[in-house]
Amino acid sequence: MALVKFTYALKRFFPKLTDTEAGGKTLKAVLDEIEASYPGVTRYVLDDQGRLRQHVNIFIDGVMIKDRNTLSDPFQENSEIYIMQALSGG
Amino acid sequence: MKSTLLLGTRKGFIAYTFRNNKWILENCSFEGVPISIAYADPRNGTWWACQDHGHWGVKLQRSKDRGQSWEEVIAPAYPEGEEVKDGVPATTRYMWSMAHGGKNHTSRLWIGTDPGGLFVSEDEGNSFQLVESLWQHPTRKEGWFGGGRDLPGIHSIVVDPRNEDHIHIGISCAGVFETTDGGKSWAICNKGLRADFLPDPNQETGHDPHIVVAAPSNPDALWQQNHCGIFRSTDGARNWQDVSEPEGPARFGFAIAVADDNPDQAWVAPADSDVNRTAIKGALVICRTDDGGKSWKQLRNGLPQENCFDIVYRHALVSNGDAVVFGTTTGNLFFSPDRGENWQVINNYLPMIYSIQFAD
Repeated sequence: MALVKFTYALKRFFPKLTDTEAGGKTLKAVLDEIEASYPGVTRYVLDDQGRLRQHVNIFIDGVMIKDRNTLSDPFQENSEIYIMQALSGG
Repeated sequence: MKSTLLLGTRKGFIAYTFRNNKWILENCSFEGVPISIAYADPRNGTWWACQDHGHWGVKLQRSKDRGQSWEEVIAPAYPEGEEVKDGVPATTRYMWSMAHGGKNHTSRLWIGTDPGGLFVSEDEGNSFQLVESLWQHPTRKEGWFGGGRDLPGIHSIVVDPRNEDHIHIGISCAGVFETTDGGKSWAICNKGLRADFLPDPNQETGHDPHIVVAAPSNPDALWQQNHCGIFRSTDGARNWQDVSEPEGPARFGFAIAVADDNPDQAWVAPADSDVNRTAIKGALVICRTDDGGKSWKQLRNGLPQENCFDIVYRHALVSNGDAVVFGTTTGNLFFSPDRGENWQVINNYLPMIYSIQFAD
């Protein structure tokens, strides 16, 4: 199972959000599992067309994903998937 | 005068209440979150907050207890595969206008967005659908473009209280569009406008009405503060006349408000040209016409007249009875009890103000 971790910033909207194991084989499948546990959270991470939002990043084992449009970056069964915000704005 | 003011600001949703002859802060919600539009539905008192999270996208919140508690509802979203232009996927980037559907459509709400889609809800805002007829309008992909924002946006939704299927919308940049069948079909209403920034200023679309409003006492009297001046229509937007001052300050700006009880009385908040976009000569002024735009009076009493950089965004100047209120880009909020003759400060230390509405 991959372990999904979240930026603390998302906990403002989803107070129960915590490290979550997911069995999906693709990033999209993992996010679907997370959505089932925390309804609405993927709308914060992805836009209307399912692309990663401009100021959101996903790291797999410390490496930023490359495919922000279809989320096809591969990962291992024991990978750590970290959903974080870009540092921007004022 | 209605006794509540709702403010959408860069750092939250703020409500003021008029009590004992003073405006008192009643509610501050979503501190730190940009609120593009703070809206109260006069039919049922529900408050709406259109949020523009920098990281997490647009979100829509509603409160049925004057901001004591909020419920997130699903914000307008573009159907899978929709494109702004060929190769540019459509996603809701900003909610720029909100209006209720009227007394005969009690569950209907409208929301206008960047990148140019109009959305309608028929279930009190529980879900919103893209108005396909406008999105598929033959002029959209080639004839609409960004103005103020990178992509086209709908900032004005004017529902005719005599026939609530009759609606005018304002799009920057495209112009004014009209439906008479509740959004099934759309006509262009830009006759008489000038787009000085285009090679052909009289082009059918590509106009930049910064805001479009109708007079409550005569919905055929429409006004707009346009990028290229102030325009007025007395025939339901079939024809527009330029009523800007040739030399005076009433020309460039973003906001306009029309009196409830007089279709010939309107206020604008002039700014120094589209190049500078600051207060004119460092002084804040509101201009009012009492004669349908033939002449404009400068209203400065109580407003800062030196070292001032404020301008007023398009949704941040409102009137109600004798009261006029406006908020500025530098967080100043002013109130006039006498149609702009005299101004009082409500607060000098607010965030940048995006929208204001009078509410019950």
